[in-house]
Amino acid sequence: MGIAFQLLFTGLGVGSIYALVALGFVLIYRATNVVNFAQGDFAMLGAFSMVVLAIDLEWPYWLAILGTVAFMAVFGVIFNLAVYYPLRKRSFLPVIISTIGASILLENGVLASYGPRPQSLLGIFAVPGFSLGPVFFDTQYLAILAVTAVLVFLQYLFFERTLIGKKMQAVSQDKEMASLLGIPVATMIMITFIYSAVLGGIAGILVAPILFVSVGMGSSIALKAFAASIIGGFGDVKGAVVGGLALGVIETFGAAYISVPYKDAFAFLVLFIFLLFRPQGVFGERISEKA
Amino acid sequence: MILSESSAPAGVDKPLQRRVIALLVFLAIAAATFCVPLLVPMPAYYLNLLMQASTYAIAVFGLTVVLGYCGQINLAQAAFFGLGAYGVGLGTATFGLPFWLALAIGVSLAAVAGAALGLTSLRLGGHYLAMVTISFQTITTLVMTNWISLTRGPDGVTGISRPTILGHTFSDSSEYLALCVVALYVVGFAVWWLKKTRLGRAMQAVRDNELAAGVTGVNAYATKVKAFTLSAILGGFGGGLFAGGFAYISPDQFSFSESVVFLTMALLGGVGSPFGTALGTGLLILLPEWLRFLKVVYLAVYGAAVILVMVFMPDGIWGFVSNYWRRLRPAPPFRVGVVPPLVLTTHMGNEDGSLILMLRGLSRHFGGLKAVDAVDLEIKRNTVHALIGPNGSGKTTLLNVLNGLYAATQGEIEFDGKRIEQLKPHARAALGMGRTFQNVRLFGGLTVLDNVVVGAERPNNDVPQGRDGLSGLAVAALGFVGVPQHASQRVQSLSYGHQRLVEIARALAGNPMLLLLDEPGAGLNHPEKQELVGLLKRLKGHGLTIFIIDHDMNLVEQVADHITVLNFGRRIADGAPAEVLRNPDVIAAYLGGQQADAAA
Repeated sequence: MGIAFQLLFTGLGVGSIYALVALGFVLIYRATNVVNFAQGDFAMLGAFSMVVLAIDLEWPYWLAILGTVAFMAVFGVIFNLAVYYPLRKRSFLPVIISTIGASILLENGVLASYGPRPQSLLGIFAVPGFSLGPVFFDTQYLAILAVTAVLVFLQYLFFERTLIGKKMQAVSQDKEMASLLGIPVATMIMITFIYSAVLGGIAGILVAPILFVSVGMGSSIALKAFAASIIGGFGDVKGAVVGGLALGVIETFGAAYISVPYKDAFAFLVLFIFLLFRPQGVFGERISEKA
Repeated sequence: MILSESSAPAGVDKPLQRRVIALLVFLAIAAATFCVPLLVPMPAYYLNLLMQASTYAIAVFGLTVVLGYCGQINLAQAAFFGLGAYGVGLGTATFGLPFWLALAIGVSLAAVAGAALGLTSLRLGGHYLAMVTISFQTITTLVMTNWISLTRGPDGVTGISRPTILGHTFSDSSEYLALCVVALYVVGFAVWWLKKTRLGRAMQAVRDNELAAGVTGVNAYATKVKAFTLSAILGGFGGGLFAGGFAYISPDQFSFSESVVFLTMALLGGVGSPFGTALGTGLLILLPEWLRFLKVVYLAVYGAAVILVMVFMPDGIWGFVSNYWRRLRPAPPFRVGVVPPLVLTTHMGNEDGSLILMLRGLSRHFGGLKAVDAVDLEIKRNTVHALIGPNGSGKTTLLNVLNGLYAATQGEIEFDGKRIEQLKPHARAALGMGRTFQNVRLFGGLTVLDNVVVGAERPNNDVPQGRDGLSGLAVAALGFVGVPQHASQRVQSLSYGHQRLVEIARALAGNPMLLLLDEPGAGLNHPEKQELVGLLKRLKGHGLTIFIIDHDMNLVEQVADHITVLNFGRRIADGAPAEVLRNPDVIAAYLGGQQADAAA
């Protein structure tokens, strides 16, 4: 029983990373109707930025976090202008391909400048964790869960309770109409990209102490985060969170009880099953393709 | 209608000479690439590069079909390539099968996987397909790496043997390369030819406008599955040849990053044509050799190239060059010649007053909104029946339910004696229901003629026999609406009014039993509208049954035999034009007033 609780805790921690990255997907998808295949690399960049600032430049940890968030915000602007903006009037396919190109560029750019050796980063807290009965609570996992919960709540408030959030929803539903109503569509999309980049960066900061910081870390997280958002219901914020957590738990239990080498396959098997029997996901797709 | 003096049938004046020259040049290049490796001794390193290029190109042709022709993304081409390669590798090395049998097994594996993947995921939108193919790619790599007892794991498979034809074994690498080159040209030619077939046109129609393809009679889902399976087969075939060439394979050669490489090759060269994809493959295999100085940042440059190509050369290098070429030397004008008369064969003349369409209690609700609310409607054969009503009264929704774009919430639709409410749009088109859209929906990547040919190819259509039967029918339809002279142009270069006419021609070429016109007059200027009225009157004269939606009372009054009026999704009037247009409820609905509210 103790093992099961331990696995559940770990699974939820891993799952909340998927959830954070999935939230970034969902936001960009809702604003632009396009899936950003470089979303995972945002996490990778965030993690590398921490390595550079906290280890190489020896900044204090909190300052490195602030620096990384600022860097990711700027990066969001650049990404929007270079990868999405020139293609905004075209169909989704060229944009998807362009984000795949960006993903290759980012991973290999970092590889060329930092080399293939994985880096490691210390956790946020000095204490590694504490035991409560048979379960060991890792402080980093606790931090991940807490930050995810706070961000999800803030995001909910932002979209449902603020004017700018409502404007962004309007943009995601009908860009032409929104623009006719005087909503600055390009600015709204820019804000979305900034926020998604920051979100990805935070996921990277949080996950860096658990995984090694490596060039490929982002793409494997992103694939699972994407699977999670489909399982939850594509385009749905709740769905991204629930799907992410569920996937983290399934994967952890699968690795413990079924097979370690096929750990990465569980996420995709679950995804296939959903696509076959319930393609709209748990909560249903928010925005279907318009007829 | 424009009729020239010439008595020759309509067609494009493309000098035979030019076609022969193009064919000869193609054959000469093919022969040269075939002979050079056999005659000129080459270091093994270059032989390997060329072998890689030719087998990769075969796999990338698969992307031309699925992405270029059909517009569906496939991020698992390396997995299909790997299935073919492991079929040959394990087949010959582990099980001692002859090469060709092993190749057939490998290709079948890829085909089955491709069909299964396509059947499960192609009903969903594009981003799902991207995700599903990535998942499949990841699982395939995991299985290749971890099912060690079968695949020999990360160490890979060695000792793969080469094929034998008529007792001759291709053990010499330059001979094997020649074999790969032959395969490359055969497949390349077949892919080029596919574009001009019925299936190829259907794929392009689905790519350009899936909705319109469906109502024109193309089974979009089946077409996409075919394209996807074909792509997987070509991937498997290329992979099988690859395994034979290198005698050694390992899982990392078939990873997701290789799928991305395949995609980049196709996009860089130009995914719309096999020449482009072959060019892209050659470039991306040779470039690393030429750009050795870039070694460290090479892949980063690669990623940047993908973005730049998408932004600046969306049609790839080949598309860019051929667009430029087309501008320098425009295609020869379409010779109108004698336009054959359009024979609306199927259903004219028998004005017996029987019903072609009957709606009983038809409803379509969106949540709480009753867009169409229990509508009864009867359309008699050989009449023009108009549906009018204020904006938002549910006219277009009714049309969409009629031809299957929306499922009916309730009610029955009987068309030509058959219940059709369960049928998909393409199946309704196959029964003879043609349609145009309020906002013109044409196949933007095809010529005017090909747009109409897709219409003529609707299932169950009576097409005149002979090689030119289809295009003759298409030209006849274009002639009927009055734009045959534009037949060889891309539809996008036509004016809005002409595009509307082409859309009508596309529907007419399918010999519809019932033609649904959704606001054909919208956006037309006055003379264009007059032309449209003339066209509708001629269609009426031919006895075609038409169900038309329009706002323009003048237009409706001139052509309609019968009018039905909708308001807030309900039928508020039905009958002969003069009587309906005097109905106080109808006047109130249009001008606003007490009765309209009562009717709601």
